[in-house]
Amino acid sequence: MNLKIENLKAGLPDKKILQGITLEVPAGEIHALMGPNGSGKSTLANVLAGHPQYEVSSGNISMGDINLSELEAYERARAGLFLAFQYPVEVPGITVGKFLKRAVELRRGEEGRFNVSAYIKELRENMDFLGIDQKFINRYLNEGFSGGEKKRMEVLQMLMLKPDFAVLDETDSGLDIDALQVVAKGINTLRGEDFSALVITHYQRILDYVKPDRVHVMVEGRIVLSGGPEIVDELEAKGYDWVKDSL
Amino acid sequence: MSDKQAPVSGLADYKYGFSYPDQSVYKPGKGLSEEVVRAISAQKREPEWMLETRLRALRAFYRKPMPNWGAGIGDIDFDDIYYYAKPTESVVKNWEDLPEDILKTYDRLGLPEAEKKFLAGVGAQYDSEVVYHSIQEDLKSQGVLFLSPEQALEEHPDIVKKYFGTIIPFNDNKFAALNTAVWSGGSFIYVPPNIKVEIPLQAYFRINSENFGQFERTLIIVDENSFVHYIEGCTAPVYTTDSLHSAVVEIVAEKGARVRYSTIQNWSGDIYNLVTKRAVAKENATVEWVDGNIGSKRTMKYPAVWLMGEGAHGEVLSIAFGGKDQEQDTGGKIVHNASNTSSIITSKSISKDGGTATYRGLIKVAEGLHNVKSHVVCDALILDEKSISKTFPYMEVESDDVSVEHEARVSRISEDQLFYLTARGLSEEEASMMIVNGFLDPLVKQLPMEYAVELNRLIELEMEGSVG
Repeated sequence: MNLKIENLKAGLPDKKILQGITLEVPAGEIHALMGPNGSGKSTLANVLAGHPQYEVSSGNISMGDINLSELEAYERARAGLFLAFQYPVEVPGITVGKFLKRAVELRRGEEGRFNVSAYIKELRENMDFLGIDQKFINRYLNEGFSGGEKKRMEVLQMLMLKPDFAVLDETDSGLDIDALQVVAKGINTLRGEDFSALVITHYQRILDYVKPDRVHVMVEGRIVLSGGPEIVDELEAKGYDWVKDSL
Repeated sequence: MSDKQAPVSGLADYKYGFSYPDQSVYKPGKGLSEEVVRAISAQKREPEWMLETRLRALRAFYRKPMPNWGAGIGDIDFDDIYYYAKPTESVVKNWEDLPEDILKTYDRLGLPEAEKKFLAGVGAQYDSEVVYHSIQEDLKSQGVLFLSPEQALEEHPDIVKKYFGTIIPFNDNKFAALNTAVWSGGSFIYVPPNIKVEIPLQAYFRINSENFGQFERTLIIVDENSFVHYIEGCTAPVYTTDSLHSAVVEIVAEKGARVRYSTIQNWSGDIYNLVTKRAVAKENATVEWVDGNIGSKRTMKYPAVWLMGEGAHGEVLSIAFGGKDQEQDTGGKIVHNASNTSSIITSKSISKDGGTATYRGLIKVAEGLHNVKSHVVCDALILDEKSISKTFPYMEVESDDVSVEHEARVSRISEDQLFYLTARGLSEEEASMMIVNGFLDPLVKQLPMEYAVELNRLIELEMEGSVG
């Protein structure tokens, strides 16, 4: 589904971060959002997902014909928005299997008539696909997971929840090449006319495996450059200073 | 991680707060006196030694000061309490034979249903007396006794006299003294040697009257190499005035025996719950206390195991939920009095809406012992800025060859955890509840299934702000 951000200004109570973001990802497309550290990429991810810590001072966010700005974080998730966290949170005492079952049930609106055996089958298939050991079903969510295991778990959740729009916040950071390919495989498998995504990254590396339809560059809370995939190579060659200098 | 307070709804309405009109067949006036004690004893047609014990305990109660530590209990007005109310003339063996209101009460609490499904015997106490009692025939024929203490005193006076007050003396503390003076109802269990009672026995304690004091007395004797699991449940109506529940539980686990005693205390928010529980474990015996404190206004309760023989093992699992206006001062005590003994205390507490949950525990190792091991783990979860968690782990170790470990952790629900779960579609309430259940999970896993379900349900009720 398409995502439309119009003149979004947001930040922490004492700090303006997003200085008016306008961005549209049409249905079926995958866009990359690049930018140096501190440019506001993660803030945008969190604001899209509805993090209560951030204040939106103006602007609008919509997904299809749903006005996301008016929804709480959990309503956005149920409506089909997914955020793959840069730093997935450890939740002791809750197993992956139990947690995901509940999340999938809520996402699909199937409370009370949820088919558990179909769910488990699908979960196992997706785990195999991503190379995650089945033992993780009974482990507590993210507790004691390595960095790579946490990121795979985010992608597993994305595959199970089948979002209409996904925001992947530096899902590639800190991954070795094998893990990176697994993450890319997860995104590519969802690719299709009903799915669109914003892949936030600091490096071009993941974009070798997930080909973006368009690339946006963010600096100091603003989108300063948008264009085709060729921008990636240019950034790689010249660095972010090239964009800053050309402002 | 952020410390910002978790948005959890207010405390649930109490589901068991209903009451029926007081139709006691005998009820002396308010207040405590020698006259009241004599009247209780006379009602029960007790042997002379029991009346003597009661009167001695009454004098000890008057003599002993109120505890100056623990939960705030200074407001108790001992003159404003009814110390005895006899609900029926006799104990019945069929639920249908109970007076209508009393039967309705137990139906609403689900006790007859639970009995059919997963209990081998049930005792149901209403105010001061046990009104219903049952035990499966096969247990009875094996010589297992499960009776009210009054019945036990009548039918097996020698056993009662041999053990009564030997584990918890009449003057042990102010509230044990009070219980010994005015005790009424409770349970008596005797399991002969080499018998494993596989299905739990349950007692249910219900207060119906207002301004009431319930003082049940429980004595459990498990003979050599036998096993029993005893479950205790308690609820009361919601009144605007306070009531008092002060029980004494004494357990003897003979050589090689194992006793598990599980409580889910879900008293209404106007009950002072001040209970003394102590077990003696002899050679190679095991005693486990599972102590869940969800309700009450104030609770002070520290189930104890005295390890008196080599190879004995003691465990306390303590779960406390301190909500609005509540103070749970709970924990456990283990006294190692023999070599080669081991113990574990695991405490999980949650405090919310300004409530207080305190762990208070004692590990004591006597002089001249070897190979003694003890492990204490206290975890506390604080759900908001107003709520309080305290830990008082006392240790008195007088031997050298001892390993005593203590771990304590305090955590808060973080905004990051909540956001992570809400970003997956869970409402904030459900997310908080999931974190709380997750916090309790390692402990709940150790409970029998029906019991774990019940505990989870109660915690959810406390968290949800909804009534079932």
